Amino acid sequence: MPNMSPTKVAMPEQDPKVRAKNFDEVACGYTAEMAQEEATRCLNCKKPVCIDGCPVLVHIPDFIQKIVEGEFEQAYEIIASTNSLPAVCGRVCPQETQCEAKCIRGLRSEPVAIGRLERFVADWHIEHSEKREIEIIPNGHKVAIVGSGPAGLTCAGDLAMAGCDVTVFEAFHECGGVLVYGIPEFRLPKAIVKREVEGLEDLGVKFRKDVVIGRTMTIDELFEEGYEAIFVGSGAGLPMFMGIEGESLLGVYSANEYLTRINLMKAFRDDYDTPAPRNRCVAVIGGGNVAMDAARSALRMGADKVMIVYRRSMEELPARAEEVQHAIEEGVEFNLLRNPVKILSDENGYVCGMECIKMELGEPDASGRRRPVPIEGSEFTMECDAVIMALGTRANPIIGQTTEGLDLNKWNCIVADEETAATTREGVYAGGDAVTGAATVILAMGAGKQAADSMLKYMGVE
Amino acid sequence: MFKICSKRRLNSNVTLIDVEAPAVAKKAKAGQFIILRTDEYGERVPFTIAGCDREAGTVQVIYQVVGKTTMQLDTLEEGDCLADFAGPLGKPTEIEGLNRVAVVGGGVGCAIAMPVAKALHDQGASVDIIAGFRSRDIVILEEEMRGMCDNYYLMTDDGTAGEHGFTTTKLQQLLEAGEKYDCVIAIGPVIMMKFIVATAKPFEVPTMVSLNPIMIDGTGMCGCCRVSINGEMKFACVDGPDFDGYSVDFDELIRRNSYYKEQEEHGKEHICNLTGGVRHA
Repeated sequence: MPNMSPTKVAMPEQDPKVRAKNFDEVACGYTAEMAQEEATRCLNCKKPVCIDGCPVLVHIPDFIQKIVEGEFEQAYEIIASTNSLPAVCGRVCPQETQCEAKCIRGLRSEPVAIGRLERFVADWHIEHSEKREIEIIPNGHKVAIVGSGPAGLTCAGDLAMAGCDVTVFEAFHECGGVLVYGIPEFRLPKAIVKREVEGLEDLGVKFRKDVVIGRTMTIDELFEEGYEAIFVGSGAGLPMFMGIEGESLLGVYSANEYLTRINLMKAFRDDYDTPAPRNRCVAVIGGGNVAMDAARSALRMGADKVMIVYRRSMEELPARAEEVQHAIEEGVEFNLLRNPVKILSDENGYVCGMECIKMELGEPDASGRRRPVPIEGSEFTMECDAVIMALGTRANPIIGQTTEGLDLNKWNCIVADEETAATTREGVYAGGDAVTGAATVILAMGAGKQAADSMLKYMGVE
Repeated sequence: MFKICSKRRLNSNVTLIDVEAPAVAKKAKAGQFIILRTDEYGERVPFTIAGCDREAGTVQVIYQVVGKTTMQLDTLEEGDCLADFAGPLGKPTEIEGLNRVAVVGGGVGCAIAMPVAKALHDQGASVDIIAGFRSRDIVILEEEMRGMCDNYYLMTDDGTAGEHGFTTTKLQQLLEAGEKYDCVIAIGPVIMMKFIVATAKPFEVPTMVSLNPIMIDGTGMCGCCRVSINGEMKFACVDGPDFDGYSVDFDELIRRNSYYKEQEEHGKEHICNLTGGVRHA
């Protein structure tokens, strides 16, 4: 008889007042007892629709049954057979719109906490198990992966398991892409990312850091060096700004810059040299996960007041519900139906405030969300000493500019087939933000997985 | 890790290092830059490539000790390694088709101007170099630069070497005397580039400048290095670092470059008191 509790077993978390001042992980993770209790809520459906909601098709009921049985390592093997980054996905996937959105239990009560269970299993594995001994038979094919973000790591993992000789080229000094420069430590500890990368090294994947493909080496040169197929997962590029007055003032950051300083360059730690943003009153423009990450980071960097400024209402916020909830608990203020018109400068060129206009929701637009319309004459000013623009990104231009025959769309994103991840250049596949523009970790992973399949077919590997 | 193969002081505050980075050396062109990190705790800092030896696989970087990172860099000696050295980044300087060019270098900016002058000289262009320094004791690369131009004009603010005056003084003289340049290429302190542009403008000589905004990743991701070009937002790391001088908002760049001054000053004291420049030893 399944556990018919209408609610998920609660996730232990750091107290909001305490955690808003530190960079330690917010959610502490289930204990084995909690995980087993939650696992018994799964109905183990004959037709598990939850799997349809997962871009990398994790065999969800199977791994959950292993948790019920207390066979945590076996549960891990089930997840790891289709997902190269379980500890990452268990933390940052938007489960509420994917697997958990499909869960039958969710029709009448809360769905099974699939994400929390995945995280539990992955963390248990990291803590308890030895290095995975997997026998891989080399197939003699040499492939290159550009970028070590979620798309690249997934693609690398699948190709290595199939026996390919895989080299990942990373432009930065650390592997992980957005997992290390974008997503903050308190949501995804960097030690976890490092472990996932080491897991791929155990499979024989080679990582070459400080290599900027398109500059240090071109795609053509990779082919000349004998790589038979190439996956481009170079990620998001230049941040978008609004095009309003004052965006070059001191104290205006893109979320990319703000988060990169703190996460990749570890500016929050005294022993690292990169200067930290020190602001008192911070306005974050945007309503996505990146905006929540920036706002919550600003609190932790010591700001007295942090505001989200978003042009639609709470219902349209694109961020994960959990991130919004966490931000509210920690004291982030939400200024909804507001849009900046102009950033104001003091006499020295520093931000001293922002002129905004109130908005109302009109008819639904192409995205299906109700379109925000400015209310004429409703302008007002708000005080702040920093503005963080979290409006999304364009594609990185370097590979597009330096690769013949690689078509880009009007946003400069690489054109790739949705099914096969094939680009317009033979042997070159692409996925993740480089193709879609800013999206989620798991979608990038799904694309990396598809690409790995296509690359194996292209090279004639069964 | 990237080994420092040789290190040579050019003046009391400016030093040249050759770094083993074959992949970068193979590709580097005049006007491009690299990003380096001294060690795990260091910043990512951009330096323009001063030259390279493709056969030896080394890349030359010239730095002036100004802040914590360059102090840290200066503690490294021949045989020591840099944690990271990525490049070549940015677009190369566009020199194709230029036949007669004035290359203006200000202070340590001469290190950046040198490879551009050399590339022009190598393609057979006639090059005049105007090199400006505060004073005689900090003049660098005089001999090297004399070898890659038709005329070398040395200017010092205090008149202790070469002619007394600024680089703008000399450029003004040359233009007034009827010198016809296809292009002026100015590299140095932002304020100098601003005034070189103001000097060249009445003579309608196209003027190119190399901008040095604050950067983090240097690969077109963070958006920190944005500059206003004709009122439009551009990113120096991927759209530059060279831009048409007439279009640059220099005052904005000067302001933006000052943002972390206070923290950097604090950082300098920090490192001296703690470990005398060698940390985690």
